[in-house]
Amino acid sequence: MASRSRRNFLKAAGALAVATSLPAPWTPRAVAQGGSAPLRLGFQVHRTGIGAVYGRWYERTTTAAVKLINEKGGIAGRPIEIVAEDDGTDPKRGAEVVEKLAVQHKVDLIFGTLFSHVVIASAPRAGELKIPYLVVSEGYHVASGRLNRYVFQPGITDVRSQVTAVAPWILKNLGKKVTLIFPDYAFGHDHRDFFSRMAAAQGGTVRALVPIPPTETSFTKYFPRVPADTDVVYHVMVGPGVLTFVKEMGEHFGRRRPQLFGFVDSLEGVDLASPGLEFLEGTYFWEAFPRYASPTTPAHVRTYRERVGVNDSGASVGDPKDVSTFSHMFGCWETLFVIKRAVEQSRYRNPGAGDYKAFVETLEGFSSFPEGLEHPQGAKRFVGRLHQVFGHQTISRVEKRRLGVVHRTAIEDSMYPPEADYTKQPL
Amino acid sequence: MSVGPHLLLALLEGTVGALVLALTALGLSLVFGVMRIVNVAHGEFFMLGAIVAWYVSTTTGSFAAGLVVAPLVVAAIAVAADRLVLRRVGYEPESTIVATIGLLYILQQLVLTTYGPYARPVEAPVYFRIDFPWFGYSGYKVIVAVVAAGLLGITWLALSRTRLGLRMRATQQDREMAQAFAIPVARIYTIAFGLGAALTAVAGALIVPVQQAHYLMGLDALLMSFVVVILGGLGSLRGTLVAALLVGLSDGVVSVLFSPTLAKIVATLLVGLVLAVRGRGLFGEETA
Repeated sequence: MASRSRRNFLKAAGALAVATSLPAPWTPRAVAQGGSAPLRLGFQVHRTGIGAVYGRWYERTTTAAVKLINEKGGIAGRPIEIVAEDDGTDPKRGAEVVEKLAVQHKVDLIFGTLFSHVVIASAPRAGELKIPYLVVSEGYHVASGRLNRYVFQPGITDVRSQVTAVAPWILKNLGKKVTLIFPDYAFGHDHRDFFSRMAAAQGGTVRALVPIPPTETSFTKYFPRVPADTDVVYHVMVGPGVLTFVKEMGEHFGRRRPQLFGFVDSLEGVDLASPGLEFLEGTYFWEAFPRYASPTTPAHVRTYRERVGVNDSGASVGDPKDVSTFSHMFGCWETLFVIKRAVEQSRYRNPGAGDYKAFVETLEGFSSFPEGLEHPQGAKRFVGRLHQVFGHQTISRVEKRRLGVVHRTAIEDSMYPPEADYTKQPL
Repeated sequence: MSVGPHLLLALLEGTVGALVLALTALGLSLVFGVMRIVNVAHGEFFMLGAIVAWYVSTTTGSFAAGLVVAPLVVAAIAVAADRLVLRRVGYEPESTIVATIGLLYILQQLVLTTYGPYARPVEAPVYFRIDFPWFGYSGYKVIVAVVAAGLLGITWLALSRTRLGLRMRATQQDREMAQAFAIPVARIYTIAFGLGAALTAVAGALIVPVQQAHYLMGLDALLMSFVVVILGGLGSLRGTLVAALLVGLSDGVVSVLFSPTLAKIVATLLVGLVLAVRGRGLFGEETA
């Protein structure tokens, strides 16, 4: 009896030893081959610094999209795992974050960055590491060809296309003599360059260019540079000073204000009912995605709003004072669905030259994304050689402290002659 | 806009900026003058003033309450920092610089964690627009300038006419001698640090309805305060006031008439020039 017990014990111990030692090196690969190991996505996010409000909503939107994708079986049967790293909205840290995500966390792909100076600083590192880097920025840097073959912008349109689409409407409806107020870095320079070009082509004149440092906190001193004969002030501002900017603009111009056309960046994350914004009544804004829901809002957009957690005014369901960056954050949602499609079609499995080549070439082969829950902002056209997506833009008017859409441009309105071809670069 | 109205706007902006800057820089100057320490966390007291003012005014609905509570809370934090950190490192110049850099990050991250990365507005207690024929100007900004000037006057009186002011000046001139005359130097240090923080907190609270409260707003306040304090002469209160008016007005005029970047260049050049010609600043006292 005793010996039998001992034999049984030894058998059990032996089996246990085999069970614990054998699978260790084999299990992960077996599981991976079976398709259930998570797809690790590096999320470069502005949790701190001047882009923090955008970062917060980019993160909420990403979480909501990942939850939806995982509920529906993940990507190629693999659940998504997000590895988020804060870049402090700082170009230097941006490049470090790309390195950390790729080398230390060994993520499959990197996505998420917004501010153009961070993108421009981080993209070369992604190119050197040869890891796909999908930005949710807006600058013309991707489509211009300045970056590299591993950088894509498939979830949000670029400034050049936005300006190209809305400039004719501004010049036709608001006036021909325009003064531009813009942040003095890459993103603002895209507005300056491409609006000026469009104005000249459409018979308009740019009366003055007023650049403002992105960290500025007081704006009154810039407004005297708007010439008296200006028909339209075209304003775009970013960062924590946006509400101050708009308020001071109202104080300065008062009732004698010229027509105002703003990119909604000047008011992203800001409640339109904030004190001092009364003067905006009747002025116009560009919006990529209308912040306020209306009776005509489609069902898939309503589902998107619910999933992301915003109410009909575009503020957080939990805190109506917490206004979202609605016109930008959808880019994270759409980018994740593009990643899903590209991973599944390219049969991407693991980080490495072969699978990345297949992923990049598959993504470059995409030409359109249909409107729906995966692309709630609207149908899109993707130009593979530019690595850039093109879509619809909207122009909204402030009425009773809300934004109401008055015009929606066609995708063709935002197209411009391509200047780059990434597909010719070696992988 | 022709030159006349341009200049009027420049002077308005300059005066408002100068008086708020004077209030902020006065706190830094006071702390340096009395305690001989460089408080790198000074800008964070400005930011905290704005954040507390936002919190109190949104929860109570009274901006005045925020304006009163903000300096008290910030002074209490400063007193705690003095007792827990600065006193323990013996007010050594090098150690206090490192300690206050640490304090800067702790305060900034605490605010980021609890308050978040938002820039939040506070409704001005009175909102009206002064409508000049050429442009409009915020009435609240003019009130800010008047209140700042009043507070500067009160501080001046407190330092020059009261017993506490006398003790502070005595400590500033000769710490050992003051101690020999039974002046409680440690307590004077704490009071000076608390008062310095309170002054800048009031400036922060006053500015919230104009600029909003944001966790990174302290950096600009710190840099400009340094420019003013170095220009005016380390530890000289009169120098601080004169330098703040000089920097504020030149900033306003150069910003409006030329460019805000040029204004910053001019301010920095001014510091360089003054230091080259008169190393102790405009009103700084010769040290042995």
